[in-house]
Amino acid sequence: MNWKRASIAAAAGVPLIALLGFGLTRDPKVIPSPLPGREAPDFALRVFAPGDTASAPDATTASALADTIRLAALRGEVVVLNFWASWCAGCGVEHQALVSVARRYEGQGVRFVGVLYNDTLEPALRWIRRMGGQNYPSLQDDGSRTAIDYGLYGVPETFIIGPDGRVAYKHAGPVTEQLLIEKIEALRSAGTAPAAGS
Amino acid sequence: MTMRTPATGRPERTGLSSGLGWIGRALLLIVLVTSVVMLCAPRAQGQDAAVSPPGTNPELDAQVRKLSAELRCPVCQGLSLADSPSELSQEMKSVVRAQLAAGKSPDEVKAYFVGRYGEWILLEPKARGWNVLVYALPLLLVLAGLAGVFFLARRWTLAGAGSRE
Repeated sequence: MNWKRASIAAAAGVPLIALLGFGLTRDPKVIPSPLPGREAPDFALRVFAPGDTASAPDATTASALADTIRLAALRGEVVVLNFWASWCAGCGVEHQALVSVARRYEGQGVRFVGVLYNDTLEPALRWIRRMGGQNYPSLQDDGSRTAIDYGLYGVPETFIIGPDGRVAYKHAGPVTEQLLIEKIEALRSAGTAPAAGS
Repeated sequence: MTMRTPATGRPERTGLSSGLGWIGRALLLIVLVTSVVMLCAPRAQGQDAAVSPPGTNPELDAQVRKLSAELRCPVCQGLSLADSPSELSQEMKSVVRAQLAAGKSPDEVKAYFVGRYGEWILLEPKARGWNVLVYALPLLLVLAGLAGVFFLARRWTLAGAGSRE
């Protein structure tokens, strides 16, 4: 009789505990993106920091710029799209990785583009100077329209877009050099987008 | 305004019509005309803009409110866009407003957000595939509980009746 009751309780309780335990292993802040594998949302955004070299701080003054970058114009190249903000701690962590991988692939059909998220230009330009410069352009996204187009829920977030214009990979949180090189190499060797990552 | 007009305003009204001279009436007319013009002015400007700002189009406001209550705020824990004060939610609400004003149906606007954030963005998951469990399981458990209570109660009453006899 006691054994019977115990087994009934186990049959009801164990799956419930297993379900709750599984819930503990998941981060509720992570939103799975449907974008990998799909066409990257197009944008045409104003450049606020051309990011040519770290040694020319004059070029990063807002008055010198009126250029826009359109994603569709970069078709055929691998695009590393990085959303960042000056108030974001993780962005400082990954900055060096982005800059050095951008330098490594300079002129090899890999374009790095930064998009400023929920920030104003003054602190953003100051941040770039403090980080020792950015060797790729950063764009301003008024009203966060492009960020919402990409399903952004925090910074930093990085999208790697293949030469076919599809999102190949999305990463939430700071990227590492190793991760960037791995994903870029996979796209360059395949020529098309690999199976979508998370 | 230190004095409030009573709900039955008859004494005031007779005072107005008989006690005011023509100067008073002319002033009243001017005030009325200017206030009507001022009330209408922003609406006329709003029609030129692509998207009327909140507060100028009650029908659109209501639609935006209803839709943003069904969409989840990406930077909160279990809050809708309508309930969230975060900046991203405000921007997303203005995207909802712009798309509705551009003639998209509420379902099309929802489809846009699902395309960007996945079904995660819907506060009420669609009853499809594994999601059916979310709707069916509570119902099934309640039914199982009721059945358990029924059988236990019957066994107890039978046992009670048996012991008394």
